[in-house]
Order: sequence, then C-alpha cells, then structure tokens
Amino acid sequence: MDSYDVPESTPSASSRPEDYFVGATPLQKRLESIRKQTSFIPTPPRRKVPQCSQLQEDVDPQKVAFLLHKQWTLYSLTPLYKFSYSNLKEYSRLLNAFIVAEKQKGLAVEVGEDFNIKVIFSTLLGMKGTQRDPEAFLVQILSKSQLPSENREGKVLWTGWFCCIFGDSLLETVSEDFTCLPLFLANGAESNTAIIGTWFQKTFDCYFSPLTINAFNLSWMAAMWTACKVDHYVATTEFLWSVPCSPQSLDISYAIHPEDAKALWDSIHKTPGEVTQEEVDLFMDCLYSHFHRHFKIHLSATRLVRVSTSVASAHTDGKIKDSVS
Amino acid sequence: MSPQKRVKNVKAQNRISQGSNSFQTTLSAWKVKQGPSNSKNISKHGQNNPVGDYEHADDQAEDALQMAVEYFEKGPVKTSQNKDKTLEKHLKTVENVAWKNGLASEEIDVLLNIALSGKFGNAVNTRILKCMIPATVISQDSVVKAVSWLCVDKCSGSTKVLFYRWLVAMFDFIDRKEQINLLYGFFFASLQDDALCPYVCHLLYLLTKKENVKPFRVRKLLDLQAKMGMQPHLQALLSLYKFFAPALISVSLPVRKKIYFKNSENLWKMALLAVKQRNQGPSPEPLKLMLGPANVRPLKRKWNSLSIIPVLNSSSYTKECRKKEMSLSDCLNRSGSFPLEQLKSFPQLLQNIHCLELPSQMGSVLNNSLLLHYINCVRDEPVLLRFYYWLSQTLQEECIWYKVNNYEHGKEFTNFLDTIIRAECFLQEGFYSCEAFLYKSLPLWDGLCCRSQFLQLVSWIPFSSFSEVKPLLFDHLAQLFFTSTIYFKCSVLQSLKELLQNWLLWLSMDIHMKPVTNSPLETTLGGSMNSVSKLIHYVGWLSTTAMRLESNSTFLLHFILDFYEKVCDIYINYNLPLVVLFPPGIFYSALLSLDTSILNQLCFIMHRYRKNLTAAKKNELVQKTKSEFNFSSKTYQEFNHYLTSMVGCLWTSKPFGKGIYIDPEILEKTGVTEYKNSLNVIHHPSFLSYAVSFLLQESPEERTVNVSSIQGKKWSWYLDYLFSQGLQGLKLFIRSSVHHSSVPRAEGINYNNQY
Repeated sequence: MDSYDVPESTPSASSRPEDYFVGATPLQKRLESIRKQTSFIPTPPRRKVPQCSQLQEDVDPQKVAFLLHKQWTLYSLTPLYKFSYSNLKEYSRLLNAFIVAEKQKGLAVEVGEDFNIKVIFSTLLGMKGTQRDPEAFLVQILSKSQLPSENREGKVLWTGWFCCIFGDSLLETVSEDFTCLPLFLANGAESNTAIIGTWFQKTFDCYFSPLTINAFNLSWMAAMWTACKVDHYVATTEFLWSVPCSPQSLDISYAIHPEDAKALWDSIHKTPGEVTQEEVDLFMDCLYSHFHRHFKIHLSATRLVRVSTSVASAHTDGKIKDSVS
Repeated sequence: MSPQKRVKNVKAQNRISQGSNSFQTTLSAWKVKQGPSNSKNISKHGQNNPVGDYEHADDQAEDALQMAVEYFEKGPVKTSQNKDKTLEKHLKTVENVAWKNGLASEEIDVLLNIALSGKFGNAVNTRILKCMIPATVISQDSVVKAVSWLCVDKCSGSTKVLFYRWLVAMFDFIDRKEQINLLYGFFFASLQDDALCPYVCHLLYLLTKKENVKPFRVRKLLDLQAKMGMQPHLQALLSLYKFFAPALISVSLPVRKKIYFKNSENLWKMALLAVKQRNQGPSPEPLKLMLGPANVRPLKRKWNSLSIIPVLNSSSYTKECRKKEMSLSDCLNRSGSFPLEQLKSFPQLLQNIHCLELPSQMGSVLNNSLLLHYINCVRDEPVLLRFYYWLSQTLQEECIWYKVNNYEHGKEFTNFLDTIIRAECFLQEGFYSCEAFLYKSLPLWDGLCCRSQFLQLVSWIPFSSFSEVKPLLFDHLAQLFFTSTIYFKCSVLQSLKELLQNWLLWLSMDIHMKPVTNSPLETTLGGSMNSVSKLIHYVGWLSTTAMRLESNSTFLLHFILDFYEKVCDIYINYNLPLVVLFPPGIFYSALLSLDTSILNQLCFIMHRYRKNLTAAKKNELVQKTKSEFNFSSKTYQEFNHYLTSMVGCLWTSKPFGKGIYIDPEILEKTGVTEYKNSLNVIHHPSFLSYAVSFLLQESPEERTVNVSSIQGKKWSWYLDYLFSQGLQGLKLFIRSSVHHSSVPRAEGINYNNQY
C-alpha cells in the first residue's frame, strides 16, 4: 500500500467538500437499522408458518423437481450490483467464456464456439416468499456431449441457484442498483463453485461466504420438519450430536421412528400456523430426557450437528437436502 | 524446462566451476536441486552460501555490487593473474544481490549490455542473464538496447535463446512497451531461426496488437507452419492472429488442449514471485502458500484469490461487453475511459477523474491510496454501498475468533485489519462496516487477539449517540477492561482518547459547516454535546474504578490525565460548548501523587480548564442572552472547589479547610503535627527532592538542609528553579491562578459574584 499522508488534524484547516460530513445519507440510515438489528434478539421467539406462499402459485413443477433430492451447499451472498434479469443470455455467454478460460489457465485461449460445456441462466419463477422478493434464478453447467441442434441437453455438471425468500428486512436497506438474493445454493464440484463464484464476485461485486447452520437453527428445522404431514415416511428421523474430544470427536446418532417424533411434536404444538421458541425447546428437551433415561448422557451438553427427517436434512456445515416437495 | 535441458544446464554449471573453490561446488549443488520443488530451492539457496550475502551488512553489499558492476563495465583485465578469481567474486556478488533484493533498472541496463555484447565468455553471459532480476521494473530502453546487440551477432545462439526466454519471463516488469512493439518486425524476422522460433513466438504472442496483424505476416506464419509442421507455438500465434483478424486466416485451427508454450519462465519462477511481492507490497500470504497445487489452501472460502483484498481491476470489460454491438476484440482495444491499472499519480487522478473506470470489486480500493481519495469525494452512493457490503461480509468471514481452532490465519486477519486502519487514518474517517463488525464481534472477543487493531477500530467509530452505542459496545468493553491487565486498561484509555478526538473533530467541522439540524444521528447540537459528555463521564467512571483496582498506579494515571488533557480544552480547541471536569477520584489521586510529572500534568490541565471556563464566561457576557449552552453554575463551583483545594495544598499551606475538608479532630488523631504545610510546593512528597536539590545548589557545603528555610525571596527563587526543571504546567498554573501578593490566595472564577 502506498504511504499515506495523514492529513493534519486541526479542524480549521480543512479542505474537505463542504457537505461531506453532514446530511443523513441512505448509508447512514442503513447503519441505524444495523444498530437496531444488532441489539435485537437474532431470532424471533415465534415464527408463523406461511400457509400459502408465492411458491405454490406460479411455480414450474419441473424445475422444482430438479432442485429436490440434491445436496446443496449453502452460501450467503451480498447484494448483486447491476444485475439485470434481461441480460441472462449475455451472462451465460460471459460465464461460459470465463469458465473455459479458467480451466485452460496457462494455455492460450481459443476464443470461439469450441466449448464442450454450456452455461444456462434461467429464472426460477415463484421461488419466493412475498411479492417483493426478487425472482430467484438458476445457473446450470451442462456438458455438450450431444449435438447442439438436438433439444436434449447434456449431462448436468453443476447447478447453483440464487434466491431470496421473505427477505423483507434485508430489502429495506438495498437500493435500486442492487439485487438482493442473499442465499446461494450449489450442487456440483467444489472447483466449479469456486470458478463461478469468482466470476460473480468480479462481475457483480458481491461476496460469497459459506453459510453454516448453528445448533439453535438446526433444532428449529428438526421441529418444523417433524411437523410436516407426509403420506409415507421414507426415512427415520435422525439427529447427530458431536462431542468434541481428541484425538477423534465422538458422534452420537439418535434415530427415532418418524411417527413417534410426529406424535411427540403434536403433543407439544398448540397453535396451528405458528411455532414458538418454547415449543421447540420443549421438543428437544423431551428428546434429551428420553435419551438420558436410557444412556445417562446429557445431550444438551453436546453439539447438534445434523438433523435428517423424511422431509429434508441439514448439516451444521451448511449442507441441506430436500427429499419431498 | 525439459529434463534433458536441465541436465545440460547443470553440466554447464559444473564446467564453470571446474577447479574453483568449494563454494563453487555448493553452488552447483544448489543448481541441481533447482527443479520440481521450488520451495526447497529458496531455502537451499540461503543455506548453502557460506560466504553469502547474509554475513554482509546491507551497505557493504551495495558497495560490492557497485564495484562488481564497474568491473564488468570495464571489461576483463587481460594482465591480471587472478582474473578468474576476481571475475568469480564479482559474479557471485551480482548473483547474490539479484536473488535477494533484485537489481535496480540502471544495473540491469549495464549488465544486460555486457551479457549481450560478448565481452566475456558464453558461460559468464549465461550467468549474468540468469540473474537479471529486477528489484521492481525493467526500463524499456534497456530492452531496446539489448535487442540492438542481437543484430550485430556478437553473442552465441544459446545466449540469444536465453535472452528471449528472459524477455518473456520478465515481460510484465518492463515499464513501457511502445518502443518494444516498434521492433515487432525485427522479432518477427527472428522466427526464421529454428532455435529461437518457439521463444520468439511466445514473445510475439505477448506483444501482438491488432495493428500488428498483417497479411504478409499471416502468409509467413502459414509458410513456416507448412515447413515445420504443426508446432504448438506457431499455432498459438496463428490463433491469436485469427482472433484479431478472422478474415485473414481461413485455415481451421484445431482446438488443442495442449500447452502452447513451454513454461519458459521456469528459471525465474521464485524470482518472479519475489518481484511481484515487492511491487505489490507485502502480501498477507506466506510465500509457501503460493507454490503450486500441492499447497493450495484447503479452505473453500479462498477460491481464487490469494489475498483477502481483491486485486484492482477495472470493470469496463464486463460493462462494455454487455453492450451487444461490441465484439470482444473491440473491448480489448477500447479507448476513451481511463483504466485504473494506469493510474499512478495524483495529478493523473485529477485529470481523469471524470472518466475513471471504477474497479470491478470495490474492496480493492483499500490497497490504493489514490482511489481512497476518489471514494472520499465521490457522491455516488452505490460506490459506498458496494464497499460497505464487501467489507462487512469480509470482516465477518475472516474474523478468527468466530472459528473454532482456526487461528492459523491470525496473521492474515491482523494484516487485513491493519490495512483497514491505515485507510481510516488516511481518510480521517471510520467505516460503517467496521462499526457494525465491532457490535457483532466485541461480545465474543477475548481481549487478546488482534488487540491493538481492535482497539484502533474502536477509536474510529463514527460519531453517534452514546446511549445507543453503549449497550452494544461500551458495556462489553467495560467488562474486558475491568478484568484485564493494566496494559490493556491503558490501551483502552488511549483508544478512547482517540475516539473522543475523532468525535470532536467531526462535530467541530459539522457545526461550522452547516446548521446542525440535519446532522445524521443527533438532531441538535445539544444532543451531540450530550453524547460527548456521556462518553467523557463513561471514561471517568472507568478511570476511577481502574485507579482503585490498580492501587493508584502512576502509569495508569498518566493515561487517564492524557485523556483529560483533551477534555479540558474542548471549548477552545474545538469551539464546542462543553466543559466536563474530572471526577474527584482522579483529581485527588493526581494531587496526592508521588510523581512530579503527574502533578505537573494536573497543574496544566487545571490551567487549561481555567482558560476554557473564562473564555466561555466571557462569551456569555458578550452575548447577554441566555443560550441553552451556558454552563451550569455547578461546573464553575466544582472547578473553584478543585482550585481551592489545590491552592490550599500547594501554595497557602492551608489544606483540608476549603476544598478537601477533613475534620480537625481526625487530623489530630493522625499524630502528624505539621500537616498544614506538608503538601505545599516544598514539602509535597513529589516536590521534596526538588527542594533539597535547590538548597544544595545554593550552598553545596551545607551538611544539613532545612527545607523550611525556603521563604520570602528564596520562595520565588525556588519557584524559578522548579520552572527551570521543566515543570511548565506548574508554571502556567501558578501564573494564572495565584495572586502574587503578600498573602497568597487562590483566584477562583467568579460565578454570580460568589466566592
């Protein structure tokens, strides 16, 4: 970094633009909201379960089916600068060129049509919580083994999608130059995620960071997924706790029949359409005490790292998988 | 480099070292090891040089280099007997310096000339060429001169090859390329030479611009290809030509995944990294992490970037390519806007400020002071927001105490914070991202990790309502403060002093620039003053408690009084209507301190308080009307109370009457008979040694000194003596607050004609 000339600090000798300091810019207002958010309790004590979101209305079932049964790695993402839904085609072309360039790094780049991969950007209609949420979009990388004239697409090498669901509190602070899609989900080789992420970071000046799910949120997921009505259960409800000890950490797996879990939840849950913190705590406490009765181990002293149910599963390192729509 | 070639090199190296000392053999041993593992290479280099550069002081090395360059410039001295030895010595010097620090462009200029002029033998030329490693850049002129030597055919084919390889490797470090590009025709003609062809191709590949692509060159290349077969290097050049001028080349080029150019910079790989680092400033990444795929960072978060802060790239590429009518090649040859990569000086910034391309990743401005200037005056909110989003998220992700058992990137994070703080000092302004980061991370902070950086961030918190920030930040800070060592306490006080100063500066500009009504967070001046005064009271509370916890440590008291040196001068220095006095716990600790410098500092602060309060009072009288910022009588009374105590102790020898009041009965019980004058400027524990020295100076032969003899005239001589010992604070205090009359008395500030 260049050496700085620290400006003299006497207030009288100022050459600053006059209105630099004053006036409440939107940025400062934004900070105020951050101050308030920080002082808030991070999670509300109760959450409403939306009965009918946008999702069910105009969603493309084929695309949603495509998103299911895959393991997704979660990332959080800062707002995209100057992203435009009308340029998706152009983005496909640019990202395509970028990937080819990255993969051939150190080699001379051939610019032309001779790629054996294909990048497709497309919107995921209806994948949002409220009308205000921006449209989600999907990025796919296909291998072009078949002839391009044929409509059959090649093998999917990598998939990633960007979405914003019930992002009201975030949207308040985002100005029009930005598109706020704070959640990014990727499925495919890590090296591809890295290349594509880098392209997005360079192109839209955004920043990806791995999103982890803490034990607190995992227990919420466990409770809410247990509550889901499923016609036939395909998997047991399973919890995984980790006991940090050397040389290897000890994992405790706890599997319950999904119907038992559901019965437990139903006995706890009171108001339909709303889940409270107390209910979630009680649900987990019941599981703990049951386990303690049998094994004399206090699970509450360990760390919940994975929850899997018939509906979905989630791992603390930010990997989730949906099983049923 | 192919294996066969490497073997050849080693042989050549051995040949040079024939018959020379053991030092030589170690060099060749080192050369043999140069190969797949570059990390070993560097350490070997250091260890195996027994008489190497590490024993020399830097200036010695410089002199030696100077001599070596002169030696080569003059040429070999034919008559000298130990010619070989001298040559070897000088070569060695050049090599050592080159590999350690790189050579200045003037030195490269001279040595390059020598290597290509054929003054010395082939082996020497080779060695010189191999160590042409720039400290920062290579001048274009040197390269042009060197190329001119190629025309006169003084050097051997292998030297030429090595020169081209060097040119390709160092291409990025040549300061300008216009004139080199003018030699395009010459280079192109060298393609004829079969041995040179691959390297010349590579050079041309780097050099070619759209206007260099001419039909006759295309024909020549196709001829060559017909003659030599499908050579990857020719194909690379052809494909580049085809890209620039698709119409000229009708032959189809197969898509090849093969490497077009042999990695010709292999010889200088480590050196190149070193030069890049020198040019970019210290990289937060340790060198070993950059050494190849085996060492790629395991963390997913790292993806492509080597450092946390993105590299500066102008965004025009993507922006212009979005316009569909432009083809990619047009993009590459664009003109009009000013690319950031060329921005090197402040005048350049001023000239191009209207057409400057913004970086594609705003975070990169952190490493560029010119762009910090730019974002400092730019009014464009998205620019600030992009920076804000990036910095917030990066801080959040890099923060090491969020991660369990992950302290290995501590250094990196520290460096990152340092960079941010430098930028904040440069702009004289805190970043909102850092403030938000502090709110989130302070509750989890252990008080140790990155302490200095973290506390500096605290001092750059933008001005805001104290009561709003207190629960988020200062309450957590207080917990750490009370439970940590005295050094931590002092650092916290230091950074709070800086915070106060930054706030005061901010406010003093704010008020004098515009009416205060639209100040962002506090709507009125009164509100702002209230916030500052709360901060001062908070520090007062911290200090009082800390003094008790640290049993009145003088060291701590110094830091506390430093803080109050800022506080006492707010009215005059910053022109803000605020005077807050220190709490009694601090005042009396300082007054009764055993340390003269503390007492001196206290006197100075009291003197400044007096100046500020008198100035405020004068203004009040001038304005007549009661404004809302008239200080309450309480402030004056409090000050007068302190003043009385001080004068009573130090001057009139009447302590404990007014000011500190202690019941005479209690004083009697202590059994101290002469308590009345025991705290004056003579008997006060921190002055007693001065009084004794003063008397001894007066009459050095005296066996017993009676300090009570300092009276009358002697008293004022004694005072002059004290002032001459550097007690300026005391001088100012006594001059302003004490009447020189037969009966010394304190001169308080009149308030409502009381006192």
